[in-house]
Amino acid sequence: MSVTEMTETPLLTVEHLTMRFGGLVANNDVSFVARTGEITALIGPNGAGKTTLFNCVTGFYTPTVGRLSLRHPDGREFLLERMPGYRIAQSGVARTFQNIRLFGGMSVLENLIVAQHNKLMDASGFAIAGLFGLPTYAKAEKAALELAKYWLERVRLTEFADWEAGNLPYGAQRRLEIARAMCTEPVLLCLDEPAAGLNPRESGELAEILTFIRDARNPNGHRTGVLLIEHDMSVVMRISDHVVVLDYGRKISDGDPTSVKNDPAVIRAYLGEDEDAELPPEVAGDLPASVVHPAPKEI
Amino acid sequence: MTMPSHTAPTPAPAAVPARPAVDWPGSLKDAATAAFVALLLTVPLVGLRTVDRPTGLSIEARPDEVIASIVLVFLGRLGLGLIRQGLALPVLVLALAAAAVGLALPMPTQVLRLVLVAGGGIIALRAAITLTTGRSKLSQAERDRRMDRVAAKVQHATKYIAPVAIAFAVALPLTPLADRQLLDIGILLLTYIMLGWGLNIVVGLAGLLDLGYVAFYAVGAYSYALLAHYFGLSFWVCLPLAGVLAACSGVLLGFPVLRLRGDYFAIVTLGFGEIIRIILVNWYQFTGGPNGISGIPRPSFFGIADFTRTPPEGMAAFHELFGLEFSPLHRIVFMYYLILALALVVNVFTLRVRKLPLGRAWEALREDEIASASLGINRTNMKLAAFAIAAMFGGFAGSFFATRQGFISPESFTFIESAIILAIVVLGGMGSQIGVVVATLLVIGLPEAFRELADYRMLAFGMGMVVIMLWRPRGLLAHRDPTILLHGGKTPRVNAGAAR
Amino acid sequence: MEYFIQQLINGLSLGAIYGLIAIGYTMVYGIIGMINFAHGEIYMIGAFVALITFLAMGALGITWVPLALVVMLAASMLFTSVYGWAVERIAYRPLRSSPRLAPLISAIGMSIFLQNYMQLLQGARSKPLQPILPGNLTLMDGAVSVSYVRLATILITLVLMVGFTMLISRTSLGRAQRACEQDKKMAGLLGVNVDRIISLTFVMGAALAAVAGMMVLLIYGVIDFYIGFLAGVKSFTAAVLGGVGSLPGAMLGGVVIGLIEAFWSGYVGSEWKDVATFTLLVLVLIFRPTGLLGRPEIEKV
Repeated sequence: MSVTEMTETPLLTVEHLTMRFGGLVANNDVSFVARTGEITALIGPNGAGKTTLFNCVTGFYTPTVGRLSLRHPDGREFLLERMPGYRIAQSGVARTFQNIRLFGGMSVLENLIVAQHNKLMDASGFAIAGLFGLPTYAKAEKAALELAKYWLERVRLTEFADWEAGNLPYGAQRRLEIARAMCTEPVLLCLDEPAAGLNPRESGELAEILTFIRDARNPNGHRTGVLLIEHDMSVVMRISDHVVVLDYGRKISDGDPTSVKNDPAVIRAYLGEDEDAELPPEVAGDLPASVVHPAPKEI
Repeated sequence: MTMPSHTAPTPAPAAVPARPAVDWPGSLKDAATAAFVALLLTVPLVGLRTVDRPTGLSIEARPDEVIASIVLVFLGRLGLGLIRQGLALPVLVLALAAAAVGLALPMPTQVLRLVLVAGGGIIALRAAITLTTGRSKLSQAERDRRMDRVAAKVQHATKYIAPVAIAFAVALPLTPLADRQLLDIGILLLTYIMLGWGLNIVVGLAGLLDLGYVAFYAVGAYSYALLAHYFGLSFWVCLPLAGVLAACSGVLLGFPVLRLRGDYFAIVTLGFGEIIRIILVNWYQFTGGPNGISGIPRPSFFGIADFTRTPPEGMAAFHELFGLEFSPLHRIVFMYYLILALALVVNVFTLRVRKLPLGRAWEALREDEIASASLGINRTNMKLAAFAIAAMFGGFAGSFFATRQGFISPESFTFIESAIILAIVVLGGMGSQIGVVVATLLVIGLPEAFRELADYRMLAFGMGMVVIMLWRPRGLLAHRDPTILLHGGKTPRVNAGAAR
Repeated sequence: MEYFIQQLINGLSLGAIYGLIAIGYTMVYGIIGMINFAHGEIYMIGAFVALITFLAMGALGITWVPLALVVMLAASMLFTSVYGWAVERIAYRPLRSSPRLAPLISAIGMSIFLQNYMQLLQGARSKPLQPILPGNLTLMDGAVSVSYVRLATILITLVLMVGFTMLISRTSLGRAQRACEQDKKMAGLLGVNVDRIISLTFVMGAALAAVAGMMVLLIYGVIDFYIGFLAGVKSFTAAVLGGVGSLPGAMLGGVVIGLIEAFWSGYVGSEWKDVATFTLLVLVLIFRPTGLLGRPEIEKV
């Protein structure tokens, strides 16, 4: 399989996704494709519906209308809109959170081992083989440790491996969260504002990590596509291969960074044109939580 | 009632200035306010007592106790205020004098004596600490850090303490010390340690606040009692059955409620505990209702021998089998070893499961459920497993309880039992195995040792729960070591908070 | 039909009592997000203070019933509020920034303490009291008789509810209270004394629970140190049923529970009435955790 072929395989296909919360339409008929070997960035002003879309993809919400399909490199296909959250994770979609969600009381290494839960759970025979110390489990744990070490090295946290995750500095926590997501060996990595709160040096490092994830093969031989939400335009323009712009829940532009940057619709959405503005995004973003967020789906 | 000094909003100065001016009016006013609150608290309930008379209910005044408590609160509050302002030495002397008076002189009531001695003692201790450390009180964070260090040390010392403690527990019945009373207390303590360790799986590891754990204890006890009563099954057949039944009830009860958030979950489990108790009380034909079930058969020596002098047909007598003189103590010693073994099984299970994906998933769920789900962890299954396993251990303990007592009734399975077991887990420090042992010694052992003060037992128990929570909200020996290390503990682990 | 109305009145008065206690739970949960496990004990204290006040007045020779009732109500509310205040100050305030379990454990400890405190001081035996407000109102040609006490309970509860709603919705105190419920930090920055508002919340909850305690004493004529536990759990159920954080919800939940209990006892049998309540609690929490009138809670991602 050549590299060009691989980049053209659609990994995640979003078709006609609509998400309504009562009367509010957070996503309106959005369709786009994310590919392996690419970093797809989802951008848009506040309240454009980025996070909602993200939560639909990762299974925290069930979309009102639309289809979300994930196609593995080996051809297996999953319909994400029908699956509960933990199943989506099991089918190869990993995510990070806007407000970092680490297991703060556990060590850095443990965070990475927990990420390999399902693999290890099978190896330990739902804990029974593990309880009696059978060798199958010992072997699986050793492999898990190797994978954890690999990603620790990549995000430069090896020396902090035995620290409590909650005690890491902020930037390190962001990197650890990415490493943890990668330890699930996903085919699609979803990042919710990974550069938020990072200083320029740290976001430079982040860009390096993300391009590494895009380009390198994982220890298991697969490659991982990246979908990210980002506000920091410099990061987006530097690293993404494909940009999707949302505004008021609709897709207004889709293409490579340069074409998107020059798209008049995008400029209008970001800079605003008085005669067009019906509801400034700030207002949409300030709607009461009960309107904006529905009761979450069981995951 | 003494007013709590540590709730005072006055910030403690980092170092006491050389000779600060004492703010007498302020201190007096503060103490007077506390005394006034004490007056309002004590007038209706302490000062006026209802008395049953043949003619009906009447009332008796006890002004002396009201006055005594007001004076004590006033002096106590004043003393603490003065300690904070650098007058620790005189306060220390006076407080010691008060405690001595309380001990030596005759008092109108025991309560007064207790308050005088305890109040004087606490204030004296405070003053002494201030004198030695040079500061009036530690900040919450500083205190927490110190206790963390202690907890970490204890945790690491467990490697050496545990074998010694187990050896001691094993050897105890063989020493001449072991009379019936001591063994009974030992069995009681071990039962609670086992329950504490069992509940620790749910509360400490999985972070689910279960207020109805006693329900599974009851299911285990009644399983054995009813199976023995209706089908004549022996203890050794019933023990695993009781565990299975309790685990099943755990799954049954757990399934609908595991989605709920912390506090709601707690209340629903409490509700379930009560439902089971009410069923036991009301289903008279089957469970014997409030009268309970008596004559529950005692266990045999693994079905081989019996502990009676003249064993039933087809069974050897234990003392003859081993060529011993008959002694009723043999059964008690056997029971002691039985519960010791059961408790150790729970402990070994917990220690091992923490290093397995199941245990790690529990801890991950405790830390952050949403993140766990995003890693593909099936929350419901993991929690159900925790619930069922803990219930199973509760069931084992329950059937042990039934066979030891020979009699059970719903009285033994009230909410207060759940609260005691939970208190053991939380006071010890959630997730800490050694903490459970220490807390059991405190919560069950101390009151057993002071049986004369039986009336004050639960009072002190309740207050103790509050005080320990105020003093150390995470539990006495809360400390967590990683279950897997990359650097084998060689790189110095940087302490909590230092890296921020 | 007559029987039905009889049970309806019984249920309403019982529900009024649960509702009054439930308000304390719901307000405290609304403002500091904890289950005040000792609140049932506060209600028990209210009942005891009312009893003791009545006996003390009897000893002083005050026997005019209306005066006795007013003094009982006032004394019970006053002294019980002090207990509510003290409980918060001692057991909860220092734990405000602690891990979530700590205040709950502290509250359970407080509840055990207060129960045993009362048992030690006033004895373990249940305290009977001769009816203070005897007499019935007969309706429908004597087929239905409603005791004055039950009617008074319903009326007093209605009056208190109206007054209380005014307090919360019209006064600056109520505004501050609602602001703290929304966002304590912000309210503090805007100059609201958050500690005082939280204390006041406990005081108000305790005062209402004291009224409930007095009503129970008047209706049933017998109390003991253990009544707080069951009433507490049931009232909490009422608060959850109505939607935690909602005052009308608490009252509605209380009435629903009271009615269920009364009809269950009347038509099915009183032994299983507690199972009915607890089952309802479980069902509500599972199928509608936000309660009847509650705001939905959002799992933020």
